[in-house]
Formats: sequence, C-alpha cells, structure tokens
Amino acid sequence: MSASLATVAYIGAAILFILSLGGLSNPETSRRGNLLGMVGMALAVLATVLGPRVSSAGLAWIIAALVIGGGVGLYAAKVVKMTQMPELVALMHSLVGLAACLVGFASYVDTSMPLQGVEKTIHEVEIYVGILIGAITFSGSLIAFGKLSGKIGGKPLLLPARHWLNLVGLLVVIWFGRAFVNAHDVQSGMAPLIIMTVIALLFGVHMVMAIGGADMPVVVSMLNSYSGWAAAATGFMLSNDLLIVTGALVGSSGAILSYIMCNAMNRNFISVIAGGFGSGGGAPAKKGDAAEPQGEVVPVSSQETAEMLRESKNVVIVPGYGMAVAQAQHTVFEITQTLREMGVNVRFAIHPVAGRMPGHMNVLLAEAKVPYDIVMEMDEINEDFPDTDVAIVIGANDIVNPSALEDPSSPIAGMPVLEVWKARHSIVMKRSMASGYAGVDNPLFYKENNRMLFGDAKKMLDEVLAALRA
Amino acid sequence: MQTEPTPQAQPQRIGVPRETFPGEKRVATVPDVVEKLIKLGFTVAVESGAGDAANFSDDAYRAAGAEVVAGAAQLWSTSDIVLKVRPPSEDEVGLMRGGGTLIDFIWPAQNPQLMEQLAARKATVLAIDCLPRTLSRAQKMDALTSTAGVSGYRAVIEAANAFGRYFNGQITAAGKVPPAKVFIAGAGVAGLAAIGTAANLGAIVRANDTRAEVADQVKSLGGEFVKVDYEEEGSGGGGYAKVMSEGFQAAQRQMYATQAKDADIIITTALIPGKPAPRLITAEMVQSMKPGSVIVDMAAEQGGNCELTVPGEAVVRHGVTIIGYTDLASRLAKQSSTLYATNLLRLMEELCKAKDGVAVVNMEDDAIRGLTVIKDGSVTWPAPPLKAPPAPAPKAAAAPMAEKKSAHGPGEPMSAKALSIVFAIGAVLFWLIGAYAPEAFLGHFTVFVLACFIGYMVVWNVTPALHTPLMSVTNAISSIIAIGALVQIAPPEAGVNGRPDGLIMWLAFAALVLTAVNMFGGFAVTRRMLAMFRK
Repeated sequence: MSASLATVAYIGAAILFILSLGGLSNPETSRRGNLLGMVGMALAVLATVLGPRVSSAGLAWIIAALVIGGGVGLYAAKVVKMTQMPELVALMHSLVGLAACLVGFASYVDTSMPLQGVEKTIHEVEIYVGILIGAITFSGSLIAFGKLSGKIGGKPLLLPARHWLNLVGLLVVIWFGRAFVNAHDVQSGMAPLIIMTVIALLFGVHMVMAIGGADMPVVVSMLNSYSGWAAAATGFMLSNDLLIVTGALVGSSGAILSYIMCNAMNRNFISVIAGGFGSGGGAPAKKGDAAEPQGEVVPVSSQETAEMLRESKNVVIVPGYGMAVAQAQHTVFEITQTLREMGVNVRFAIHPVAGRMPGHMNVLLAEAKVPYDIVMEMDEINEDFPDTDVAIVIGANDIVNPSALEDPSSPIAGMPVLEVWKARHSIVMKRSMASGYAGVDNPLFYKENNRMLFGDAKKMLDEVLAALRA
Repeated sequence: MQTEPTPQAQPQRIGVPRETFPGEKRVATVPDVVEKLIKLGFTVAVESGAGDAANFSDDAYRAAGAEVVAGAAQLWSTSDIVLKVRPPSEDEVGLMRGGGTLIDFIWPAQNPQLMEQLAARKATVLAIDCLPRTLSRAQKMDALTSTAGVSGYRAVIEAANAFGRYFNGQITAAGKVPPAKVFIAGAGVAGLAAIGTAANLGAIVRANDTRAEVADQVKSLGGEFVKVDYEEEGSGGGGYAKVMSEGFQAAQRQMYATQAKDADIIITTALIPGKPAPRLITAEMVQSMKPGSVIVDMAAEQGGNCELTVPGEAVVRHGVTIIGYTDLASRLAKQSSTLYATNLLRLMEELCKAKDGVAVVNMEDDAIRGLTVIKDGSVTWPAPPLKAPPAPAPKAAAAPMAEKKSAHGPGEPMSAKALSIVFAIGAVLFWLIGAYAPEAFLGHFTVFVLACFIGYMVVWNVTPALHTPLMSVTNAISSIIAIGALVQIAPPEAGVNGRPDGLIMWLAFAALVLTAVNMFGGFAVTRRMLAMFRK
C-alpha cells in the first residue's frame, strides 16, 4: 500500500470516528455509532500495518501484541459488572496514558531522522508535552481507579500549601523542559526527561488525591479528555494527522463532559481540579452550623413504604450511588414493573452527577432492563414533582439537598438539585443519618413530608417488593 | 393514671362512652383501632350503642376484642382512661372515676366551668385541641386537622346539596351548562379540603387567605388564589391567621364584595384563635349574590363569618341559602370517627411507649405537655409557649439562584468584555505560533484546531443517558495511539543512523499491548452497554 493510499485510509478512519461520536448522541443510533468506531479503528490499524511505515519483519510482533492485549481487553469487557464501569473506564484511561509515555520515549531515542533547528525544537517540545500529558493521565487514572474501587479512601487528601506545590512542580517542569530542548544528544536529554516524567506522575497522583468522591464524575471525564490530548500530542510528535484528529475529538469530547458535569454541580472547573471539595472543614461548612436543620426524622418500615406506593398514582424514583453500591437496580426494576402493572406511573429521575461517572445511573438502569423512555433527566422531571405522590430516593444525598437552593451559605449553594421535597411525600432510603460526600447536612430528611427508610437499599427494596406482591 | 407505674402494673382499661351531645354521631374509637390499642397492652371497653350512629356495631367492637358495657355509669366508673369526642357534660363528669384520665376535645378557654369540675375530680385531662400543632412529630395526633379536613369536604357536599345546578360545566344536547363558581375564604386545612373537593367536582374555585404563603397550596389543589390588594403579612402563631390592620380589612371587604357578586357558592372558614370569627360577608354582600346561591359558614360555632348565619341551621336570606351547621364533621361520622380514633391511637402510642398497657403522662415531652390541661387535679393550662421554630431563610436571596442554571445548553452569551479578552489572548497565541513555527507544524496545527471544533459540535448534543457509553467509546478510540506504536515497531529505516532498534521495539511492543487492551476492551464493553439500552 502506498503512502497516499494509507493517508486516504486515515481520512476515512477519521470520518468514521466523527460519525461514531455523532451516532452516540442518541440511543437509537448509538449501536451503529459504536460499530462505525470499530470499523474506523480496524481501517486505521490495517492501513498502517500494510502501509509503508511498517516492514514485514514487525508483523509477527504486531499480531502477538494485538492478540495478547485484545484477549485481555475482551476478557475484561466480558466480566466487568456494570456497577464497576467507572473503575474500568478509569483503568483504561491509565493504559492510554502509559502507552503515550512509551511511544514518546521510543520516539525520543529514535535517531533515524535527524532534525535541525526549529524543527528539532518543535519535535522535542512535542515529545516533552506528550510524555507530560501521558504521565499525568496514567498516574491520575490509576488513583481515580483506586478511589472508585474503594482501594483508596474517597476523602480528599489535602497537602498543606498544595496550590504552591503544584505551581512549583509546573515551574520545575518548564525549567527542565528548557534543559531538555537545549540538550545536544539523547544521553544528556534523558535526565531532564525522566525527572519531568516523575514530577508529572506525582502531579497526577496529587491532583486526583485532592478530589473528593462527589467530584469523581468530573475527574473521570477530565481524564478521558487528557487521554485524548495525549493521543493528539503523540500525533504531532509523529506527524500523523489521524492521531491528531482523533486525539482532538476525544479530548474535546471529554472536556465538554467535564464542563457539563461542573455545570450540573454549579461549580467552577478550576475549583474542582484544585480540589478540596467535600472536606467538610472549610469555612462554608462551619457557617452551615447556624442553619442546622431543625425537627425530627420520621422513619417508616418497608411495609408502610409499599403501602404508600400502592396508593399512589405518580411515583418518581431517584437513584444515587447507594443503589450502585447495593446492586439494587434489578429489584428497583421489579418494583417498577409491579407498580406499573397496578397502573402506577413510575418514572426515574437522574441527576447528571448521580453516581461516580457521567451517565452511571442510566447504564445501571439499562442493565436492569428499565426502558429508557421512563428514565428522565433532571430538567425534564423537576417540574413534575408537585404532581408526584411519592418520590423515592435510593442512596442519594447531595443531589436532592434543598439547601442547594435555599441556603446561600451552603457549600453546595446554587447546584441544581432534584426537588423531591415538592412531591406529596418523599421517602429517602439510607443506611444511616451520615451526610453525603459533600459533608453537608440535608434538611430534606427533616421535612414534614419526608420519611426515612433506614437499611441496606437492596434488602429494604426486596422487602418492599415482597410487601407489594403480597 | 399512675405517675410512677410499677413494672408489674395492671394493664389500664380504656373506656369509650356513647356521645351524649344531641345530634353527635361520632365515636372516639373504631374496631380497627381497638385491636391496636389491645396490642399496646390496654383492655378496651365500649358502651353499648356507642358506634351505632357511625355504623360500627357492638358486634364489630366485640370481634375486635373490646368488652361491650351496657350503661354509661358502669363504663365511666370502671375505666382508667376515657376517650371521647365532645367535651363531657356535667353528668358525665359526675360519673367519672376520681383520679381517672380523660382524653377528648375540651376547649379550656371556652369552658372554664368544665375545667373546674374536672379538676375537682382529681382527674388528668388531655385536651386534643391543645396539641402544639407546630411540632412536626405531633401531626399524627392532630385531630383538629383531620376533623377540619372532613368538615371542609362535607361543606362542599352540603353546598352542592343546596345548590340547584351542576358543579362542572357541560355541553349537552340540551344546551350549555356553565360551571359553578366557588369562592373559599380561608385556606386552612378545612379550606384546602374544600378547594380540593370543589375543584374535583369540576367547579371553578377561587380562594383567599391573609397568609400569602398558602397561595401555592391553593394552586396545587386546583384553585386560584385571589390576593387582597394591600401589603401585609398575616401569619400568626401555630398555623392560624392573625387580626389584620384597618386598611387591610377595608381592601379585603372590597375584594369579598366583588367575589360575592360573582360566586355561586361561598364557603367561609376564617377563624382566629380565642376570638369570635371575623365578619367577612355582610348582609349587603348576601343581597348582591345571585338568587339560588349558597353560603356555607364553617365558622358558625364561633359566631360565623357571615352576618346572617344562624348557627346550627340552614336558612334562606335574600334568596341565598346560608348553611351554618356546626356538626359538619359529625355528618360524615364514619370517616371522622376513623380519623379521630387513629389520632387518639397515635397519642396512646406516645403515652405508652413501653407497650405494657400503662399510660405515662411525661410532662417533659413538648407534645404531651401541651396536651395536658389538668394533671392529677391541678390545672396546667395554658402550657408554656414552645420555642418558635426558626423562620425559614428569606426566599428572596435564593430565588434568582434557582432560576439561574439549567444543567444544559450554552447558557447566556459571554459579555463583550470577556469575549474580547478571549479573542485577544487567542490572537497573541496564534501570532506566536505563526511567527516561529515551521510550515509542517502549521499543517498539523490546522487539522488539530478544526478537529477540536468538530469534536465540540458532535459531542455537545449527546443525551446525558449516553454519557457513560460515550466515554467508553472515546476511550476505545483514543487507542488510536496504537498507530504511533505501529510505526515504531519495525519501520523501513531500522538500523539507520545508529537507531536503537531493540529498545524501541520493546517500548513500542509494550505500548501496542496496552492500547490493544483498550481498543478491544473499550469497544466490547460499549457494545455490551448499548445492547442493554432499550425502549
């Protein structure tokens, strides 16, 4: 295959990727979108392997690598539970980051194409930046994976003077960047490159460690974006337009997702990245003491819950991370089905940041075979709460916290929330009275029309289901 | 009732007499509740015929486990705790066992004599009308609310009975029927129940209350809130309204006069605690109403909101039927008895937390303290005021914030200043790149910038439901970095210029394995997820 043919194939692959992302905007076209992505990827890989840049000597290695990696990937995709999707996605981001690092180093030690002057400088800056982004993506994603899978605590780790640490890190990276670009040969350039890589790795760890569990959706989508920028930087390094296009597509898509997530929490992107949200120790949280919710919580039994549900016409279920933890989505769907057979209009309300990853709840409900036309977004359903008889909140807290709208001193003030308290009754399922990830007390629990159903979500919902069927 | 019950105390006996007030059809307990009282450890005695007027037979009480006792005298003398609806008559107080407990409506402010008599009997009296209603915990025991709800419903039914037309508008073969217009004065519990009932019958419902915050509740039940054109907030304590200023009252009278001319049915529920009911509807207003209209005055017992009301009767004045029944709840005896009995059951649960059949009047408990008007013969009414609940934060600050955001959409456009800054920074950056970068780089840079915009356009419309699949598919696509590894693994220029082939090959091989995991895993898991989405 000639170089021109390979280039044309690349353009085809780039178009397929764009169509793939476009297809994913709608559930109806999404499967085709995924298929187009696969075709595009196959086209790109084949064009490269058969193209002028790969000699036949490498074929065996390439096939071996694809078989090994592909086998692992397919196996992981098969066994992963839907509740573990955020972990898997985070882990995969780390692989892209590491691959970008490796390609960067390989490209640096490659001396076959001597470059001079500005071209050499630009090439080296590209390598430097590519490895930098790759290393941050790699270590950041690993930490995100650890946090999401519970191997590392969800509480943010806040080093003293952390912003200064980051700033110093950045300055050191720039200084070594100068040293790296000015280095005359590969050996003398290697030291700054490795030091920078280490700093970048530490920076990735530090950045994600400082972010609280509630902000995880932002982090995951941000790392998604980074993995794209890493690919784009690699493209510049290797002068490959396909890599640049694809990397830019992925990068901007991740950036938009992060932006949407931040909007959903009414938070500034910078403040999420700078971390520290949810520590519960900041000034706003102390101010919140003055407005401590008054009143008592009214517990209900699963029997009474079933009773209330049976007597309702309109029910809205608000799932949160607690549903994912308890793996209760199937029971939720059975309850939904039972109620719908009784003529109760049951719908789901999904907050954009419910769960630990954008769209996490939708995936879980889809796994439980909940039809997607009864799964509503926040904007679609918030107006309907006044006409709702019972709103059930399953393991969610901050996303239904009325103080976001009512208490300007609350740390989550201004975050759009699901207004479940406007329903005739709300039932909150919770293990205990602990506050959410944001460390903010929830006045919803003390509202007159709210009832608390304490216990493990799965167990309680099983009881509700049994009572409904009795 | 013992103040210090011994652990082995005898279970107490609850007695429910027949109501003796003329026309009273309610009864203080119902068979379903009897069962639950027995579960609390009490024994229950019911006077024979107590539930007849509310359609609960002696047999039903017996089946529920109660003892049916023949006469009032025997019932009162053998019962430790007596549950009643109406305040007891002098005779009944005489029958009461010394040191016994009485739970019912007492209205201590209106019945000082009764209070004296009860105190003389060394009785303990819990007046259900003295419940501190602002305690959210007390709501389950709030008999005033449940009674008011029943009365509000019945008021509409009485009005419909006296009104000569349909409530709902209809277009029939025989012509068009306009819907009835109902005006409800006072949107308390009774008023809201009336609004809901009238709206459900199809009438056009308007309502007014001096407390502006109930406007939403009126709307939620299908009514329209009519404002008085005057600025003053009328929330008194405990969910009641307060007396308003002169200017307000003049404006209010004006509004009522307008409504009276227009409405077919007026239901008034305005009460101010401890005061006679406010006169809202004057004789002239009644005169101005259409003949055949109906007024239901739910405040008749406290003197009436309408000048022409005759308490306890339905009269016709100026062609308008004015209903002043004071027993609206009793006219729905089965329903109001059931609700009242349940309120009392909740109270007994509070009194008997140990479920050992012994009621303990704990004066430390705010709700119980408020209810108890006589304790062992000494008058404890009125109870000290509760700590006022904290006023809700002023809404004004919160309102603009709530409106500001939606999770999606491009939001408001940037201000001109911010936009010009962005453009200036962009221009400087582009100039720097153009000044120093070589041509080859610029080609790639063009591609890069345009691709960013395409990504932005394509992804912006993704439905939030697909965010996770989108992420996993973009993740899979980002394994395009495999191309980078592929071109390094064994390029044609191997060995040229001292290229360290072995090292590069292993690095590229490792990178290729990693990206392959991503590539295959990412697409496969996306496929798995998308297969689950279904309509």
